Amino acid sequence: MLWLLFFLVNAIQAELCQPDAENAFKVRLSIRTALGDKAYVWDTNEEYLFKAMVAFSMRKVPKREKTEISHVLLCNVTQRVSFWFVVTDPSKNHTLPAVEVQSAIRMNRNRINNAFFLDDHTLEFLKIPSTLAPPTDPPVPIWIIVFGVVFCIVIVATTLLVLSGIRQRRRKNKGPSEVDDTEDKCENTITIENGIPCDPLDTKGGHINDVFLTEDERLTPL
Amino acid sequence: MEKSRQQWSNPLQFLLACISCAVSLGNVWRFPYLCQMYGGGSFLVPYVIMLLLEGMPLMYLELAVGQHMRQGSIGAWRTISPYLGGVGIASMVVTFFVSMYYNVINAWGFWYLFHSFQDPLPWSVCPLNANHTGYEEECEKASSTQYFWYRKTLNISPSIQENGAMQWEPALCLILAWLMVYLCILRGTESTGKVFYFTASLPSCVLLIYLVWGLMLHGAINGLLYLFTPKIEQLVNPKAWINAATQVFFSLGLGFGSLIAFASYNDPANNCQKHAIIVSLINGSTSIFASIVTFAIYGFKATFNYENCLSRVILLLTNSFDLEDGSLTASNLEQVKNYLASTYPSKYSQVFPHMKNCSLESELDTAVQGTGLAFIVYTEAIKNMDMSQLWSVLFFFMLLMLGIGSMLGNATAIITPLTDSQVISRHLPKEVISGLVCFINCAVGLVFTMEAGSYWFDIFNDYSATLSVLLIALVETIAVCYVYGLRRFESDLQAATGFALNWYWKAMWACVTPLLIVGLFLFYLSDYILTGTLQYQAWDATQGQLVSKDYPPHALAIIGLLVASSTMCIPLGALGTLVMHRFKRGDQSQGSLTFTQLLPRSG
Repeated sequence: MLWLLFFLVNAIQAELCQPDAENAFKVRLSIRTALGDKAYVWDTNEEYLFKAMVAFSMRKVPKREKTEISHVLLCNVTQRVSFWFVVTDPSKNHTLPAVEVQSAIRMNRNRINNAFFLDDHTLEFLKIPSTLAPPTDPPVPIWIIVFGVVFCIVIVATTLLVLSGIRQRRRKNKGPSEVDDTEDKCENTITIENGIPCDPLDTKGGHINDVFLTEDERLTPL
Repeated sequence: MEKSRQQWSNPLQFLLACISCAVSLGNVWRFPYLCQMYGGGSFLVPYVIMLLLEGMPLMYLELAVGQHMRQGSIGAWRTISPYLGGVGIASMVVTFFVSMYYNVINAWGFWYLFHSFQDPLPWSVCPLNANHTGYEEECEKASSTQYFWYRKTLNISPSIQENGAMQWEPALCLILAWLMVYLCILRGTESTGKVFYFTASLPSCVLLIYLVWGLMLHGAINGLLYLFTPKIEQLVNPKAWINAATQVFFSLGLGFGSLIAFASYNDPANNCQKHAIIVSLINGSTSIFASIVTFAIYGFKATFNYENCLSRVILLLTNSFDLEDGSLTASNLEQVKNYLASTYPSKYSQVFPHMKNCSLESELDTAVQGTGLAFIVYTEAIKNMDMSQLWSVLFFFMLLMLGIGSMLGNATAIITPLTDSQVISRHLPKEVISGLVCFINCAVGLVFTMEAGSYWFDIFNDYSATLSVLLIALVETIAVCYVYGLRRFESDLQAATGFALNWYWKAMWACVTPLLIVGLFLFYLSDYILTGTLQYQAWDATQGQLVSKDYPPHALAIIGLLVASSTMCIPLGALGTLVMHRFKRGDQSQGSLTFTQLLPRSG
């Protein structure tokens, strides 16, 4: 009798947990991709841990606090590692609706991942989309801060240069008006030969040799 | 006696100014593309030949004219012949068009530079969609770098007709770029000269750092091998030679008037022959240097993408056939594929369409030029490097240095003739003239920050300078050799610098270079005529890729206007001078007939 019951239970369980069964989910693990040399072997103990995590997640759902590890059924474990699982109700005749299982897993996804040292990519629940972490947006975009700094520096430098240019020009305008006459003559008659300015004799402090210039001898006598 | 003209503080500043002007973004983003298209290492042969036949002679000519006449482009050509003032005006108009759109590149450079301080880089991840279950659709279809460029930076519209609103972020960056240009040219050569120390040397330093780092990247060697395997058969392709000639021409900045403007601030006894040769050689070697760096990075990016592609195929097969995780690697992929095809033929044929054919060659073959290279391809490579923020900052800093160096050359080319003209400089000080020029350019440049702005940018980039500059250079050479007289120019130069003119320069100026330019000009004209309607690349957000569209009539009209407004200046200038001379001669015809007959006609 007991054997019959055992076979019956197994048969029902096999019916409940099948690929593409109602309320069944496929799970895929990529342990070697995630951990490389430190990868652990997927055995029945790991499966037990998985069942425990799923049961734990279901217990957090209101009205499902009585979920036990034995209510989680695994089947079709492949080499990949991938398998299907369902969660049954305490009577073990029906499976719990997929929506409840989905929301339970999503809420505890992080803890399930951590239990296996995996992340959302290496521990995949097909048909349960993971909530992607929103990108961290700083209150003020960083680029505006850098832009503001550079902008202020450029404005300050430009203003300084313009002001100093105006000041220089004002100084230049005041300066030449005083010594305008003599300076003008000088500027107009500076000639450059071989890069050396030749100063004209009559204005640049040259000395006129009086020996050769006497009024008497301007007209040669007969 | 003329008022003493501003001068460079030392000849090195002049040299660095010319180098800054010549070494620009074209060396980084056009030369590597041409190398890739026309046979890798063997492209250097037409390039060097064109440099000798066309680049160096024209550069020497412009520097000599500017140095000898000691005026900007308008004054210099008017001195050569009063009928040629139009050449100077045409130069100025072309440079004005170029400076309108060129600074927008600097604005984009600033945008990317400021965003490089973010961790992670904003173009390395796709943003999430509205309900946080996946990524934005446009980003999924294209790549994250393309999405950041087309959507976040440009916010591009689907076609040129839909103008859209002005984007305030690029507009702010454009204003900053123009403020920076104004800051540098404010005081004339006194301030600009010092800036050129940085804009000429820093890009080479950054390129050197990139070279050393780039060569150590995984997969860089693939890119370098691809570059240096010469494809000799490209040497007989006429397009290779034409593109080499064009690249030499535009890369050296001939015909824009900036070289004449720079040389006008020189000491008349300066040996500009030496400078012309040095600048041409440095420009060429920087192009080659930049190509090596670009191809090292191409190799890295191609290898990265190829290995990613292989991983995706492996994952697909592992998941579909439930193979053990980690059993499938790149080395046994082919064997396993054959085994699976034979053992599970039906399932394999289901999976097969989804498997991409991964090929390193096809990754390397994607040839990109222009803004796409800098802002999409390079950023994609940078996001995969270690310490990507540092590399990104360095790269965009280098791009900005190159861009600002060229902008300073353009701005000087516009402002020098304006400050030379007595009419304007009597009423307005130099600072106000520079400020007005920058303000007008900035105001017009805001058009390029609209949603369709990138399409207008492409129009200006492709059509504003190409034909006009060729014509200007042709008229310049003919003017100096035949209107002014080659012998007279030679004796002028000898008197000023003390060096005799080599027969090589005379031969080039008199026959080879003009013939070459005429050939180029004819080729471009026939190309424009034969292709019929002009097309452009528009970004399709729904597909996540570029599509070809025809230009609408108003865009074609603007293209025609761009080309016509600069080329027409030459004949109109000559016509205007002719009319004015007739007018003057008519007034003076009563009295001093002998006086006007005695008056020497210059040119």
